[in-house]
Amino acid sequence: MSAENLETSPNQDNHTGNGPPLLELRGITKSFPGPAPGTTIAANDGIDLTLRRGEIHAVLGENGSGKSTLMKVIYGYHAPDASKVSPDSYRWLGRPALPGSPAAARRLGIGMVFQDFSLIPALSVAENVALFLPGQGRMLRRRQLVRRIEQFAGEYDLEIDPRQRVDDLSLGERQRVELVKLLLAEARLLIFDEPTSVLAPHEVDGLFRVFSALKDNGYSVLFITHKVREALAVSDNVTVLRRGRVTATAPSRRFDAPSLVAAMVGAENAPPSAAPEPASAAPAVPKPPQTPPAHPPTTPEQTGGAQKETALEFREVSTGRAPRPLSRFRGTTPGGLNAVSFSVRRGEILGVAGVAGNGQRALGEALLGLEPVRRGSILLFGQPVTGHTVSDALKGGVSVIPENPLSDAMVPDMRVDENLLLAGLGRGRPAGFWLNRNTIANRAEAIRAGFPLTMAGPAAPVRSLSGGNIQRVMLAGELGQGASIFLAYYPTRGLDVLSAGATRRLLLEQSNAGAAAVLVSEDLDELLALSDRLLVMYRGRIAGEFAPSEASPQEIGLLMTGHT
Amino acid sequence: MNFRLKLPDSAPSLQAAGPALAGLPAARAVLGVALALAIFGVFILASGRDPLDALQGAWRGVIGSPFGLSEVGVTMIPLVLTALATAIPARAGLVNVGGEGQLHTGALAATGIVLYFHVGAPALMLPLMALAGCAGGGLWAAAAALLRRWRGVNEVISTLLANYIAILLVNMLVFGPWKNPDGLGYPYTIPFDAAAILPAIAGTRFHWGALAPVLALIVCYVILTRTVWGFKMRAVGGNPEAARRRGIAVDRYAAAAMIAGGALAGLAGMVEVAGIHHDLRPGISANLGYLGLLASWLAGHNLLVIIPACFLMAVFLVTGDVLQLTAGLPSAAGMALIGLVLFLVLGLRRLERRPL
Amino acid sequence: MSVFWLVISGTLTGAVGPGISVLYAVYGELITERAGRINLGMEGCLLVGACFGFIATAETGSAGLGVLAALTAGGLLAAIHACLVINRDTSQIAAGLALTLFAGGVTAYAGRDYVDSIITGLNPIAIPGLAAIPVLGEALFRQDILAYVSYALGPILWFTLQYTRWGLSLRAVGESAAVAFAAGRNPALLQWTAIVLGGALAGIGGAQLSVGLTHTWSEGMTAGRGFIAVALVIFGLWSPLRGMLGALLFGGAVGLQLQLQALGAPVSPFLLDMLPYLLTLAVLAVWTGAASRAMPEGLKGILRTG
Repeated sequence: MSAENLETSPNQDNHTGNGPPLLELRGITKSFPGPAPGTTIAANDGIDLTLRRGEIHAVLGENGSGKSTLMKVIYGYHAPDASKVSPDSYRWLGRPALPGSPAAARRLGIGMVFQDFSLIPALSVAENVALFLPGQGRMLRRRQLVRRIEQFAGEYDLEIDPRQRVDDLSLGERQRVELVKLLLAEARLLIFDEPTSVLAPHEVDGLFRVFSALKDNGYSVLFITHKVREALAVSDNVTVLRRGRVTATAPSRRFDAPSLVAAMVGAENAPPSAAPEPASAAPAVPKPPQTPPAHPPTTPEQTGGAQKETALEFREVSTGRAPRPLSRFRGTTPGGLNAVSFSVRRGEILGVAGVAGNGQRALGEALLGLEPVRRGSILLFGQPVTGHTVSDALKGGVSVIPENPLSDAMVPDMRVDENLLLAGLGRGRPAGFWLNRNTIANRAEAIRAGFPLTMAGPAAPVRSLSGGNIQRVMLAGELGQGASIFLAYYPTRGLDVLSAGATRRLLLEQSNAGAAAVLVSEDLDELLALSDRLLVMYRGRIAGEFAPSEASPQEIGLLMTGHT
Repeated sequence: MNFRLKLPDSAPSLQAAGPALAGLPAARAVLGVALALAIFGVFILASGRDPLDALQGAWRGVIGSPFGLSEVGVTMIPLVLTALATAIPARAGLVNVGGEGQLHTGALAATGIVLYFHVGAPALMLPLMALAGCAGGGLWAAAAALLRRWRGVNEVISTLLANYIAILLVNMLVFGPWKNPDGLGYPYTIPFDAAAILPAIAGTRFHWGALAPVLALIVCYVILTRTVWGFKMRAVGGNPEAARRRGIAVDRYAAAAMIAGGALAGLAGMVEVAGIHHDLRPGISANLGYLGLLASWLAGHNLLVIIPACFLMAVFLVTGDVLQLTAGLPSAAGMALIGLVLFLVLGLRRLERRPL
Repeated sequence: MSVFWLVISGTLTGAVGPGISVLYAVYGELITERAGRINLGMEGCLLVGACFGFIATAETGSAGLGVLAALTAGGLLAAIHACLVINRDTSQIAAGLALTLFAGGVTAYAGRDYVDSIITGLNPIAIPGLAAIPVLGEALFRQDILAYVSYALGPILWFTLQYTRWGLSLRAVGESAAVAFAAGRNPALLQWTAIVLGGALAGIGGAQLSVGLTHTWSEGMTAGRGFIAVALVIFGLWSPLRGMLGALLFGGAVGLQLQLQALGAPVSPFLLDMLPYLLTLAVLAVWTGAASRAMPEGLKGILRTG
């Protein structure tokens, strides 16, 4: 490709809508193996999508709704289920063109900016671009490349210096490098995977201006987001996904925020243009049979006053890097807490709703003493513990049930019984110096006896277990420690329906027995069923607090997606 | 927190290599050794000798003779110790390439006791030397552990470089201030007196230093499998992140394992000078540190499998010596045989995952 | 003053010769490491180069064939490493050390009949004019042909890495094999090429030692130069030009030793031998930021923590 190709960029094309659409998807289905052997989960279930030249199209949905999978199918990264593929499934400019690989998709003219950019930090911007462009000639013509990058960057106001090393760039600048890379590679459809998640608010506006400029030049933009405001701000059309299906698709002017949220979270008042509500949009996770949706916060007649004691309190807790006004990385300290305050009493379950990555993980890291608390304090049973070690936290009765058991809680090469023993180590169990097989076996047996779900045998290495089995071993280990403060991340993820129900019952039992629990989940149904109170987190802050009875999914959904 | 350990899967360390012999069906190990012998035989044939004859002679001289067996034992003494010097840190997720250097500093420290703190009674002298050997090796390893903790220098490169510094340090002393004035200019220290010598069984070189690897193996095995310490150490090596979240002081356990490994290699150095050489001189270790590393790695850092792995290596090393006598081949040929065995056993290892 | 200059010029003259073999090994290890792999078998590659280069020269009488044999031997030995670490997923540390031990055994065996042989080999060629430059001329321009090639190789290597697509691909693989793969490169092929090429370069370095510098072969004659090369690559922060400086430093330590011995100075030669290792450790420990920045990402699992 040479500089003359600049003139043949897609703005020469007719993009007013006549002629075949740029991309047409019909009935795209993509399944992944489920937690139980032999089962599958459809991440995309019969999705239709039409994209015209010069169109900005937002794909909106919660985490796990299938947005990323759909983008990866379009980009040739995932192959859709073969049994559901027909020539109509994937048409590019009216012709069947299902790409078998990202390279094939790139040849069609599709480019994708991933969330974790595919840039090499130690190389310069120009080198990264050169690596990506199809090779012509043995030499790197640096000067020419730099000129062309500057040309494109100038056209779209993307201030980037082609000579800089990528690891000196902010995340927003890296995103622009990715974009220039795709433009130079002559992509006509630009796919962005959650492009705003790495940007500060003012950078978001800049990105949207770039989108508009691209549109004016005839490029098509497909971006995914879970923020309603963003979907409405810039797009021509919006498609909403929920649980792998399209719940609404229409020009964005026909939506307002509440109607989009309804389509996202699955409530009744979908906009008139929405596709018929699919059957699966009903809550897929049945509520535990014996429990009322919101169990009584405290049951005075059986517990007495002691149970009202505050077990855990966060007072204005902030973590992570302090915002530095002069830093070029401003606004990109992701995941930290920002003046978070809440308290949980004994016998209470506090639900934390929010899209993943909005500070939930920092809650547990701060509680365990793994992430320093920059400001504010954490109190366990009224005692401030800020600056504590993991061991202090565990001995203080804290139990964190992590999101990813295999990497954060288990030693994969150890046996099940050894991993159960490991769960008690930080709490001084077993005490003493010697440790023999009997100690391990007895401890494992005791934990197993108090755990109602079936568990893998004691001798199996954890590495060999299925995801659901690993989750059960971890739960047994954590719940069997007699902790009084639980912080559980997505505790039913990866479990079958029965086990998930049993796990929820276990949490309720712990709570009824006087433990305080914080439940972090993205599943609103689960949160509403279990929690006494509900917090919504957004960008490291508490965005709202509800009693489950007075919370509406729409309202929570709006708060979760930053729409206040 | 710059003392962060890499997860086994992300670090192309010894850990990532996984067990070699341990995970290998015995048949493959035998096949690997047999293939190596066959290739070796072809080379012997090429040099104009009858390979079967040579190997038969080697067999008679190594396994079939009491002297040969005693030599295998003598070779195994330091090998088991340096293998443990790699295996113990490996169980806590660290890679100790520094056995060679730690062996030298251990020998240096033990010799220092003989030269400067001499005691007449062997019952006092030998334990003192052993302690000094452990301290010498342990301190050398501690330097690597500190560099790792404070400056983020990975222990692979620091222990490797420290090997050469240690060897040069020994040379500097034996060519310089420690040289025996009556030694006709040879770079040896004064010969140790009887109190500083590990006695040998009459007619052989097999000496009482053999107790050291036996005791070390038992102690390490018991600590790793029968104590809370060992359990925590294995947890640190198995998944440092999970261990940290269980309240285990990951940094401290990793450093302790490294220092323990260094101490064991240092003990090997003491055993070599007190049991074999009876003085300090250049070349006290014919790659014993590296061979120990490879034995431990062949054994998948499994303490029990280390014994046969070291036995195998010792047999090949002694075979080289025997071939030198019987077939006129250089003794280093044994090293070539070990290399062949390693390549083949590794090449036959079943892959757990496809490389990119 | 004149003694000072004599020492300097003597050191320089003594520095370049021993530095050349290390320099080849530095280039070889550098290519390997820029591709994200480490080869601790460099010592072995030098050794087989020295041994088989010498044997071929002694048998054929042609130093050119000797160098060819040396680079073939080095490349073949490195191919074992490549096969083990790339295709068999073996630990790079263990495989490299096994390679070095193996080479020690094989060369002792193969070279046993050549220990007392003397060959004509490669001899210094004075470059007219340049060789007459005081101090520097004698040191740099009265060397064998392999030395002159090594002077050119550094800049060539630097240019190749910085200004060719192949160099960019190689660096990209060393930084992130996954990204390079996504960009259409073949990481396994690139790393194979780098490792084998690296071994071949070290083989030439070995030949320079036996066929060029000393005209003799003795068991284990490389004496740890391969490991010094590993250290010097780090010392030079993965740049071929700084690597040249590192090799000169190593040679300088050797040259200075000879001078100090001649002067009877009471400095242990072993202290000077420690210099490359100590300086490399110092670079890693003191200059952590720069070291971390220059280090290919693919090596960080081995060379860097946290």
